[in-house]
Amino acid sequence: MSTKLVPTPGQTVGPFYGYALPFEKDNELLPPGFPGSIRLQGTVYDGAGHTIPDAILEIWQPDADGKIVQRTGSLVRDGYTFTGWGRGAVGNSGVFTFTTVNPGPTKPGAAPFISVALFARGLTNRLFTRIYLPEDTEALANDPLLGSLDPERRKTLIARRDPDGGLTWDIRLQGEGETVFLDFQ
Amino acid sequence: MPEDITAELESEELVPPAEPKAAHQPLDKAIESQADLSAEISAIGEAYRRALKDGGQPEIQPRLDYPPYRSSILRHPTKSLQHADPETIELYSPAFGHQDVHALESDLTIQHNGEPLGERIIVSGKVLDGDGRPVAGQLVEIWQANSSGRYIHKRDQHPAPIDPNFTGIGRCITGPDGSYRFTTIKPGAYPWKNHLNAWRPAHIHFSLFGTEFTQRIITQMYFPGDQLFPLDPIYQTIVDQDARDRLVATYDHSITEPEWALGYNWDIVLTGPKRTWTENEALGAAGDEE
Ligand SMILES: [Fe+2]
Repeated sequence: MSTKLVPTPGQTVGPFYGYALPFEKDNELLPPGFPGSIRLQGTVYDGAGHTIPDAILEIWQPDADGKIVQRTGSLVRDGYTFTGWGRGAVGNSGVFTFTTVNPGPTKPGAAPFISVALFARGLTNRLFTRIYLPEDTEALANDPLLGSLDPERRKTLIARRDPDGGLTWDIRLQGEGETVFLDFQ
Repeated sequence: MPEDITAELESEELVPPAEPKAAHQPLDKAIESQADLSAEISAIGEAYRRALKDGGQPEIQPRLDYPPYRSSILRHPTKSLQHADPETIELYSPAFGHQDVHALESDLTIQHNGEPLGERIIVSGKVLDGDGRPVAGQLVEIWQANSSGRYIHKRDQHPAPIDPNFTGIGRCITGPDGSYRFTTIKPGAYPWKNHLNAWRPAHIHFSLFGTEFTQRIITQMYFPGDQLFPLDPIYQTIVDQDARDRLVATYDHSITEPEWALGYNWDIVLTGPKRTWTENEALGAAGDEE
């Protein structure tokens, strides 16, 4: 088939997703305290530096060995099955949290990252970005996307390691320190 | 637009929770009228049509920077999106199955003891990729206002009745041919606080997954012939008429069921960079075993 169909456009998630999209344990890819689990957290800011209370994120990642998981059951977390996908709405203070594992490299030498889709009221279409782990500096230096960015912008995609082993990574939609968002077309 | 209005809109988008009459008072002496907004919308539309005539590429997605939708002013990236070649995880999609979603979740009219009020409708169609191949076995989620234009959401203060028999949430898993089908109630239009006398055309919110995470979208489905289309800054964030039309369902009498419900058809196309089809098939087969 040579003729490509034109994609259906996106629209804002609006203000009222809060009773529809969240589900029980949506942000727990593993139960907190599960061996190897970490907390991933961050805050979403607008262009005035204010936190956004109505954004919702999805993360999608390989497991700790870098394997891409294709298992169902995300919506009915059984406490054992790691599906690699989670959804987390920010709270009133703009903070999101996930319980997950450090993603492994999907290829030898590749920089491990978590894929992110962001939705918010006032955001007319979803945005994609990535959260890289900070440790493997050689892999980060060789990463094609990070290599295409100047150092200031590059920093927005790399999480900080917390003393408790968790990750902190903030999103700035606009202005100083604006997060790098991705176009895959 | 003045800074103080932006701040106020950020804090509350809807009419105040006062008695219904209060909604008919001007909300703020500085608040903008529909005429102000319509002038902005037309100016952007005309500039776009001129650019098209001069050989510009048609835009197929909403603009991230669309000032008539006031809440977008501080929430759009100012730098252009960074091109990235999707890697590994991004070329796969999370998997959902019948374990995740009960078959009855696609009927929004049977979630309570009684029948919801309003016009019963069936919305059905197919989820396809850019080559017209079905997106099979994937999750579709919807949410919507009731027939009076009211959401079951604590932030919705529109003084229209809540329907105790209608929540307005549905989910389903697409069939092998990419098909989905929801039975619901036609949602009502509802007011919001973008500007004075701002009303959203009736719509159903749709959340869709493709065969790759890069195809993930959330969007809104509209109903044909809505008089609010030209006035709505959210629908108009898509400046291209052909692209906007892709969000409008078609009345389809072959979906209509006698003595029961009116039918609408809406097909959805999810595109993104592609894994090769053989990889896709291999994955689809493995996915079925879960
Ligand atoms: Fe809505």
